[in-house]
Amino acid sequence: MTNDIIRIENLRRDFTVGSEIVHALRGVSFSIRAGEFVTIMGTSGSGKSTLLNILGCLDTPTSGDYFLDGIAVRDMGKNDRATLRNRKIGFVFQSYNLLPKTTALENVELPLLYNPAFSAKERKEKALEALEAVGLKDRINHRSNQMSGGQQQRVAIARAIVNDPVILLADEATGNLDTRTSFEILTLFQRLHAEGRTIIFVTHNPEIAQFCSRNIVLRDGHITEDKINPNVASARKALEALPKEEEETGTIEN
Amino acid sequence: MNYGNLIRIAIRALANNKFRGFLTMLGIIIGVASVISMLAIGQGSKRSIREQISEMGSNMIMIRPGNGKFGGVRQSASSMQTLKLEDFEAITRDVSLIDKATPMVNSSGQIIYGANNAPTSVYGINQDYLDIRKFSVDQGEMFTEHDIKTAAKVCVVGQTVVNNLFTKGEDPLGKTIRFKSTPFRIIGVLTPKGYNSMGQDQDDMILAPYTTIQKRILAITYINGIEASAISEEASEEAIEEISAILRQNHKLAPGDEADFHVRSQEELSSMLSTTTDLMTVLLACIAGISLLVGGIGIMNIMYVSVTERTREIGLRMSIGAKGRHILFQFLIEAVIISVTGGIIGVILGIGSSLIIKYGIGWPVYVQVYSVVLSFLVCTITGIFFGWYPAQKASRLNPIDAIRYE
Repeated sequence: MTNDIIRIENLRRDFTVGSEIVHALRGVSFSIRAGEFVTIMGTSGSGKSTLLNILGCLDTPTSGDYFLDGIAVRDMGKNDRATLRNRKIGFVFQSYNLLPKTTALENVELPLLYNPAFSAKERKEKALEALEAVGLKDRINHRSNQMSGGQQQRVAIARAIVNDPVILLADEATGNLDTRTSFEILTLFQRLHAEGRTIIFVTHNPEIAQFCSRNIVLRDGHITEDKINPNVASARKALEALPKEEEETGTIEN
Repeated sequence: MNYGNLIRIAIRALANNKFRGFLTMLGIIIGVASVISMLAIGQGSKRSIREQISEMGSNMIMIRPGNGKFGGVRQSASSMQTLKLEDFEAITRDVSLIDKATPMVNSSGQIIYGANNAPTSVYGINQDYLDIRKFSVDQGEMFTEHDIKTAAKVCVVGQTVVNNLFTKGEDPLGKTIRFKSTPFRIIGVLTPKGYNSMGQDQDDMILAPYTTIQKRILAITYINGIEASAISEEASEEAIEEISAILRQNHKLAPGDEADFHVRSQEELSSMLSTTTDLMTVLLACIAGISLLVGGIGIMNIMYVSVTERTREIGLRMSIGAKGRHILFQFLIEAVIISVTGGIIGVILGIGSSLIIKYGIGWPVYVQVYSVVLSFLVCTITGIFFGWYPAQKASRLNPIDAIRYE
């Protein structure tokens, strides 16, 4: 159990809407070990967003325990959770959420600006490293509005990995992208996984499950399915199988 | 947290919205510039009045008959006859803080030379009057102690009188002019002084020995006033008290009786006149202050809009580890940068426009350091004050809602 990155036990989360109590999570338990690539799937209303918020330390459960990298999150205050997010978690959002009119490099540097341990020089080095890892080394000074959706998402991924998080949380990370770009992003995630990163991919799209090592399905606040995927499909092969078209700028080299 | 990083973040955010930042600043710029230039105009006119008053004489003390309460009540003729030559003698003898003093009798009417005549005022005084009122004799000379003793019919005239009477450019010295059918020989001409702040021509007058005017022209035993100068500006107040005490004694006034004379100093006169300009300064400062306030509300408005507009950015910053107070400081620093930059530009513009008013239009303008410091501080505080509320609002956003805000 020592290399459990995430361990949740009997997690419940209730919301009070008006006078009614909505049970978004009704006792969810699982552990995620280092090096897993997990999808959490479910339709809207299944509780996956609530679970993601809790896993991302943006929200706290009503009851149940959550250990992130061995740290009990449940009783942490707002500021401590902010620090925890800064050090241990990398977020990738559906709508990229890059700062407007800001260069790729500055966007990637952002999490390190909130970490006083990094000097300006280290910050730049780390950011360049992360941008190189997502294949955008030649785009560092492009502003977010000068890039395509796929490129923006790769900047967002670089921003998520720049602080060397223990877990990468992707929230519908391919939701706004076309099929080809989606496969490119998935290929990138698979490569990051192959390099040893732990990734949780929250989605409602069942197609993504085949590219991951484990699938958790949520429904009405319960886990209905949790199984290991023995034959992980390669997103790169799926990409190559797509009919050829103009190669998008910014290639991914393996 | 490293505040240097927060400042860097705030500067980056501002740099991305230069035009909006500039518009916000405009309110502060106009506010600060107008406070500085309005106060400079107010202060300038105040100073120019003070200057003109000090040109009138040095440490002047004016003693006049009557109790000096004007308005409504007409004072009886007898109350205007209370000052006597003995009062003047007592003051010169007993008041140590007095440097110079002169009795004064005055009259006005037509003066005649040949075919020309002009209305003017005639002052009967002694030689000290020149020093008290800062006059000097340009041509010829002042009358002497001997002329006073003998009530000589000599006079010293101002430049305007010369211009009015000697239209052909004759030399006035030695000529005889007539005032109320008494002939006066001109023995001197005063150096021109020009108009004073109340619009009086200070050169339109004739000076003659007080004995001559008192005895030969007016045939009176009293005098119209005493003019004196204190040995220093600080001594003025004390000198006034001594003079009052001596006069009360001379006039045999019991304690509690209303004085039948009044004593004014130059400072009193100048502060009386500055009341108007002070009021004007306050009014101008109020107007300018309101524009500064409007500038502050502008900051709040823009900051408020920008918090809403940047909700997702705030949500993102929070999700990657920014704490509430980081967001608070970022927005506060943005507000401070806007107001300080606006303040600096405003100071430059305010001083610049004051100089333009001074040298372009020629108004008396005086920029005071305190008004610059004050308006700059006020604008910074306004910026922080009005930036605080939106910043507070931003820092309290829930990251979950903020990140998905549409």
